[in-house]
Amino acid sequence: MPIDKSMNVLIVDDYKTMLRIIRNLLKQIEFNNVDEATDGAEALSKLRAGSFGLVISDWNMVPMTGLQLLQEVRADARLKQLPFIMVTAESKTENVVAAKQAGVSNYIVKPFNAETLRDKIEKVLGHA
Amino acid sequence: MREAAFTSWPASDAPTDRLDIIRARCPDIDPAMIADVVRAILATMTGDLSSKETALLSEVEELGRTIASAKAEIAAIRADDITGQHIPSATDELDAIVSHTASATNAILEVCETLDQAGGALQAQSAAQLQEATARIYEACSFQDITGQRITKVVATLKAIESKVAQIVAAFGPQDVALMSGPPPEAAIDPQAALLNGPQMAAAAMEQSEIDRLLASL
Repeated sequence: MPIDKSMNVLIVDDYKTMLRIIRNLLKQIEFNNVDEATDGAEALSKLRAGSFGLVISDWNMVPMTGLQLLQEVRADARLKQLPFIMVTAESKTENVVAAKQAGVSNYIVKPFNAETLRDKIEKVLGHA
Repeated sequence: MREAAFTSWPASDAPTDRLDIIRARCPDIDPAMIADVVRAILATMTGDLSSKETALLSEVEELGRTIASAKAEIAAIRADDITGQHIPSATDELDAIVSHTASATNAILEVCETLDQAGGALQAQSAAQLQEATARIYEACSFQDITGQRITKVVATLKAIESKVAQIVAAFGPQDVALMSGPPPEAAIDPQAALLNGPQMAAAAMEQSEIDRLLASL
């Protein structure tokens, strides 16, 4: 079964440039329904109000970090199964462990390339 | 009046000369009695300062001179310029770097988006080539995010230095306010903040493949 590329994807990053980069890379692999948030709180609000099939989030944001967003998502009965990819410059072992413990679906370290992004999305959506 | 009478001593400081003067001016006083009083006073001082205490006193005096010298040197280098001028200027410059690189990156991205749109009108092979090229530009543009985070770390370090210098100036500078009572209290450790380390230097950073292995092992 092919990936449903018409799904809504939420990308979360406090750098507008990064949002633009990820949006364009997603567009190149035919994910055209992309929404954006610039911090965890805004993302959580959008997730609770809408219907998304995938979250791609940065970690280092204020006031709510990507990890806190992930924890909130996993604690929410309606959102807890939502695929969640962390895309971050945080590359310490303890970060990866903390993200995994919080229930991250996959983890991409910045700077990343388009191939890595595509590969992780396919893995997370179960079509690797 | 009596004090004024003794203010002009002869050139000679010999005690016997002084006793002669006292005898001449105050015939009622027996100079021998004065000599006895002086000897008694000197006797009570005997043993007040041992050689060890004298050395300690000397050290304390030296310490006092060192502190005075340090205060003068700190005042002379105008350490308050560091907090008032140099560090604010450096952080402004770094903010400007972030702003300018963001503008430049957005200009590059805009051109890439135009190329992506134009690629739709090309033949499949050419369109794919163009898309591959723009994807590589998008990847490269993520430098702006990484450098921005690194610069943010540098700004935080500068602000910490600024704070420490301000404390030193307050303690030893020209204002000469009270000395610092001790190190600032340790901030409570926030588990979320402890995980916000930002980009690592190449030697310390994990590769994507290492992260994949770590994730798979957990």
